[in-house]
Amino acid sequence: MTVSTTEPAPDAPDPADAANTEDAPDGPDAASPPDPTASALAVRSLTVSFGHGRRRRTVVHDVSLTLAPGECLALVGESGSGKSVTARSLIGLAGPDAAVRAEGLWVNGRDATGFRERDWRTVRGRVVGLVSQDALGALDPLRRIGAEVAEPLLVHSLATRAEVPGRVNALLAGAGVPEPEVRARQYPHQLSGGLRQRALIASATAGGPRVIVADEPTTALDVTVQARVLELLRELKESGTALLLISHDLAVVAQLADRIAVMTDGRVVESGPAADVLGAPVHPYTRTLIASVPGRRPPEPAPRAPAGEGDVRPLLSGTGLVKRYASPGGGRRTAVSHVDFTVAPGETLGVVGESGSGKSTLAALAMGLLAPDEGEVLLDGGPWSALDERRRRPLRRDIQLVHQDPLGSFDPRFTVRRILDEALSVAGPARAVRRRERAAELLDQVGLDPELLERRPARLSGGQRQRVAIARALATGPRLLVCDEPVSALDVTVQAQVLELLARLRETYGLAMLFISHDLAVVQQVSDRVLVMRDGVVVEQGPVAEVLGAPAHPYTRTLLASVPRLPDHAS
Amino acid sequence: MNRRLPPAARWLLHRAVGAVLVLWGAASLAFLVLHLVPGDPVTTLLGASATDSAALRQEILREYRLDDPLAVQYAAFLGRLATGDLGSSYQQQQPVSLIIGEQLGDTAQLSLSALVLLVAGALVTAAATAGRRRRVRGAVSGAELVAVSTPAFWLGIVLLTVFSFRLNLFPVAGAGDWRSLVLPVVTLAVPFGSLLAQVLREGMEAALHQPFALTARSRGLSGTALRLRHALRHAAVPAVTLSGWLAGGLLGGTVMVETVFARPGLGRVALDAISNRDIPVVVGLVLLSAAVYLVVNAFADLLCLWADPRLRSPA
Repeated sequence: MTVSTTEPAPDAPDPADAANTEDAPDGPDAASPPDPTASALAVRSLTVSFGHGRRRRTVVHDVSLTLAPGECLALVGESGSGKSVTARSLIGLAGPDAAVRAEGLWVNGRDATGFRERDWRTVRGRVVGLVSQDALGALDPLRRIGAEVAEPLLVHSLATRAEVPGRVNALLAGAGVPEPEVRARQYPHQLSGGLRQRALIASATAGGPRVIVADEPTTALDVTVQARVLELLRELKESGTALLLISHDLAVVAQLADRIAVMTDGRVVESGPAADVLGAPVHPYTRTLIASVPGRRPPEPAPRAPAGEGDVRPLLSGTGLVKRYASPGGGRRTAVSHVDFTVAPGETLGVVGESGSGKSTLAALAMGLLAPDEGEVLLDGGPWSALDERRRRPLRRDIQLVHQDPLGSFDPRFTVRRILDEALSVAGPARAVRRRERAAELLDQVGLDPELLERRPARLSGGQRQRVAIARALATGPRLLVCDEPVSALDVTVQAQVLELLARLRETYGLAMLFISHDLAVVQQVSDRVLVMRDGVVVEQGPVAEVLGAPAHPYTRTLLASVPRLPDHAS
Repeated sequence: MNRRLPPAARWLLHRAVGAVLVLWGAASLAFLVLHLVPGDPVTTLLGASATDSAALRQEILREYRLDDPLAVQYAAFLGRLATGDLGSSYQQQQPVSLIIGEQLGDTAQLSLSALVLLVAGALVTAAATAGRRRRVRGAVSGAELVAVSTPAFWLGIVLLTVFSFRLNLFPVAGAGDWRSLVLPVVTLAVPFGSLLAQVLREGMEAALHQPFALTARSRGLSGTALRLRHALRHAAVPAVTLSGWLAGGLLGGTVMVETVFARPGLGRVALDAISNRDIPVVVGLVLLSAAVYLVVNAFADLLCLWADPRLRSPA
């Protein structure tokens, strides 16, 4: 049977397809198939492919899911696992290029296999609402928040024009948006990330849907904001709305899900009650996924007490650092305010904070890319921030940077060889032949096949790119790596591998690191000491075990409490 | 500029100063170029008068102060401009403002009608074809490409041949009732309209691929409503930015179309004035088109601010 998404669907069932899917190995839910007509959302043997003929790629294979009313089912997987395509197919929005086939599809108990676009439109926003990732992109930037929230009401004629403002205010207030009248008249870019996400949830719930499909609803948010948005989703669930939660983050999922389905390569490899999947995972992939969640592994036994505290001269230190930026409305905004830090040789200093806390400005100050307005950064006890660039340049090989977004930090036209060669030409061997060998060695050190030398960044995976970025940083033989959110854009299993690589490099080369992240769990895993920043101020710093084990500052405690964790019984 | 002024006033002041500079530059360039190219305005001034004596030439030179040094002439020219005096035509012995004023109506009628037709046509084609199946889109954008690359005079001649000479539907030349306007307007609107349609469609398609398009669809919005309520506004900014250039193109195109269809209007005035070195008239026309360009661009900027709230806040 064919379920077409945007074009009118041929209704005739295809007996051959039905026969095929029946022969196929049973989906994980097949053992006890619940009655789909009593479900909020159900699909049997969903297969989605793109393209035609030889270029046809099947991205979802034989997926069966059932979401009961008022239940939260989490669909967990890494990028490219097919989880978002699955979710979109369930509301008929897989796109015009997608071929969607399913043995059965039920929306709120209604058979949707023969749905035409017109039928789908009556369902979307009214029976099923969608909340996507990154509300900045998911809300029309040219329309007021109020107009976006009101759209489902007007599309489904659920309110008259006169009733709309009142309904919008109530919806925004219900989603926890303060001053709804003011916010309704603003545009998405004028709201913070958390408020935008709430507004998006308000618009998804405006039509009073029975089901909410939430695709990575908290991924772009700070942890404290994430905790509050998850709370809002929980309230929705408790009020009887069924929730299909799609996420790459097992820890987030563990907060909400009643049942979990794990997807990889377009297939559901394991599904069941949340406690079972997290506590006694059967499939090896689920186990890898759980093991990769940062902060799960026990902290290194003894803190790698770097060669002597105190008496050893720090490799890099900053005192009384202040950096102000001109703010758009006139006046100046203090991004970094009276910050002191030291990094001893071989030590890793973690800097943790939410967006706008000044951590990236601190990285730029440490790199000598920004000049502090007050205070000074010293390298080996000698001047660093006070040097003029001509004198600083020969020393730059000692401090190298690893970005969050390696793709953006590479010239897309360069091959990996040229990317590394450029870095080597600064401080590597003089002869080109030797540099070629060295480039291959560097790739080997970061665990990549030297065959990748001729590739361009666009043809590398996210993890491979970050490894190349690390190799480039290593090319000059640095003593300190400044890592600014180095694993934030990576899938959790890849993240675990890259963190492992960084740990290994640190051991092997005695590298010191200034490790900046919004993710407490990641910082906890890699750092010797940690520095907690908020609004440009260091609120707390000290050894990791001390700061995160017994936080003294209320903000650190809030931050820690907001981090979603896997339940203790998780394997 | 003064930071204490409110933003709107500062914007206006900025604009006004810029406008004066542009007009001054345009006038000066026109003045200089016309003095540098070979030719003799005295011959123009003599016109068809039977007597062409050295004495008469001297008199004309003195009367129009054409024997003054260039710098002095330039200063006097700017002085007159500053008081709003465009001078008199060498050829027609009439004030330039009068000559331009007489013909402005015809040209404005032609170019504004063309503008309405091309904007409407572009909006409809773009909205109807954006995000449609590849074949539909390919055919339409192919047709547009042909239309964009068609020279206006050639299209005019083809239209004349078919609709006036063969089918006798529209008059061949001149200005009269609405029927005389149809072919020139179409000739002018087709190439510019096709270009605008392409820009609009590209903008709409970019918008349709944004995540918010998925959100809007997920609320139950139909494809057509998505195009009209969301995507069109996103396409407006690049399209409006193009309109400054479009204004210039339309003015230039009008000259061509007026010649092909033998219509009265500024196009013919310009052609005559340039070929006869009638400096005051040419300068007047240059100033007029610069002014049109300035007004259109200011209007376009305001339109962009209306369309995209993100451009309003300084952040």
